[in-house]
Amino acid sequence: MSKYLASRLLQTIPTVFLVTVAVFLMLHLTPGDPAEVFLGDKRSSPELLEKVREDMGLNRPLHIQYLSYMSAALRGDLGRSLQTNVPVMDQILTRLPWTIELATAALLIAACVGIAIGIIAAVYHNTIIDTLAMALALVGISMPVYWSSLLLILLFAVNLRVLPAIGQGGLERLILPATALALVSAGSLARIARSSMLEVLNQDFVLTARAKGISERLVVIRHVLRNALIPVVTILGLMLGNMLSGAVITETIFARLGIGQKYVEAVLQKDFTMVQGTTLFIALMYVFVNIVVDIIYAFIDPRIRYV
Amino acid sequence: MSDGAAAPVALGTGRRSQWLRFVKRFLRSRNVMAGSIVLLAVISLVALAPLISPYEPTQQFRRHRLQPPDAEFLLGTDNLGRDILTRILYGGQVSLQVGIVSVAIGATLGTLLGLVAGYVGGWADTLIMRFIDMMLAFPGILLALVIIAVLGRNLQNVMIAVGLSSIPVYTRVVRGSTLALKQVDFIAAAQALGGSSARIMARHILPNVLAPIIVVATNGVAGAIIAGAALSFLGLGQQPPDPEWGLMLNEGREFIRVAAWVTTYPGLAIMLTVLAINLLGDGLRDILDPRLKL
Repeated sequence: MSKYLASRLLQTIPTVFLVTVAVFLMLHLTPGDPAEVFLGDKRSSPELLEKVREDMGLNRPLHIQYLSYMSAALRGDLGRSLQTNVPVMDQILTRLPWTIELATAALLIAACVGIAIGIIAAVYHNTIIDTLAMALALVGISMPVYWSSLLLILLFAVNLRVLPAIGQGGLERLILPATALALVSAGSLARIARSSMLEVLNQDFVLTARAKGISERLVVIRHVLRNALIPVVTILGLMLGNMLSGAVITETIFARLGIGQKYVEAVLQKDFTMVQGTTLFIALMYVFVNIVVDIIYAFIDPRIRYV
Repeated sequence: MSDGAAAPVALGTGRRSQWLRFVKRFLRSRNVMAGSIVLLAVISLVALAPLISPYEPTQQFRRHRLQPPDAEFLLGTDNLGRDILTRILYGGQVSLQVGIVSVAIGATLGTLLGLVAGYVGGWADTLIMRFIDMMLAFPGILLALVIIAVLGRNLQNVMIAVGLSSIPVYTRVVRGSTLALKQVDFIAAAQALGGSSARIMARHILPNVLAPIIVVATNGVAGAIIAGAALSFLGLGQQPPDPEWGLMLNEGREFIRVAAWVTTYPGLAIMLTVLAINLLGDGLRDILDPRLKL
């Protein structure tokens, strides 16, 4: 186990390094002079540009700039927003809880609904129930999150008037965006749960269990579910990626002041430090969550080993 | 996940009977047929937009703002009095183009990287796969957003961004299949005959990894249409007044309380198209490469 942990962590080092380099280089890859990008649409005189270059240390060699960016980042300093002059890290930290709330709720909904549908489809394999369940899953996968968000608003906020359409705080403002965000993931979870269940249902030990004369219900609950759900757990990490990227859209539609909404705003306003800092933060968070998922997975299923 | 892609079905070996068998299975698959029919209908409607619609996509009928669907405007009008149906048809040209061009970019680059990583191995493999890991650290649409932030926002950059961000899927699938193929005798035979690496990759490996690429690319078109429309929805792609499905959804959002049709129909168009492509993709997967897990 410790060997697995060590190699998993070692494998992460180059990824993290490349991520930081890529995020750092973002600014230098944009067409034009970074100093001009920083000044944005404001009219810039040569003197001003030179001053900005000097202030930002753009006249120094690239690797020195990278090192100073990273050493500041490690101390939690990601620079200041070009629009508001607020430290980027403060912005991220005030907005992060709303995104975590949304992503967690959506993940819960997706897991409950998706896995339940997958199990039902597998148990009633090759019946009309299976067909309907998989049709439902396909529709879920094919629904863009912006479209399902708008439909949910139309149905529950405009027509039925039972839930608020926008804002944040409280369960009632969480239900619609979380459901919209959950749909796509629920669809793919249902498919994966179903195929995983079917695979296990065909194995010899299930036949043995049935031959012993236990009820089908017990066979499924005691023998099949446990084994079938392991692969489903692994993709929860992947799902979190879906949630983060989907949050960009749901937060914009439901006017939730989360990190995704800020991100879009920053891209639109060309607030480059904000984009850079948020990108770095989200990417590293995602890498970290995936390590945790892998480690949990290795504990659940000792057969899994890093190759 | 797709790293362990199974030994693929040979597609390009040029044997006629094999092709016939595939064609027969395509015709018998309900998923493939349903998907293809709907998709063909969408493509013809969108392509024939100028013949079908009597209006221009940006033509404004000031006296008919936010008009519900009727005989004159079959799917109603938006807040500027533009015909929704016309805009859906013309907007579809953009969405389909985004889907196809992005997949072409992603599949070509991703396949190349996957072939080299799998066949050459060694440092090339390590280098390429670490690069892919880095790309995968930016989940979903985030990578496309980063690329747009760097390149600037317009439709062309949307295609580049969505295309580039889909590279990892292809690389992983192709690399997995290539690794499996390398163990097969006919590759060793080609090497023994003195074929260069480039030639072996192009002539012997590529045709044999086409099946999983086709499956991934088909579903990829659906994903690219969704992602492209998402970027336009966020204001980063197609700019007004030109139509595009995601942009139309965003423009209609404000009026959802008084004129739901402005958002309902463009959304329906996206979903129908994506559903049809996904059906086709699922059917193709069952036929070409049942063991490929997506």
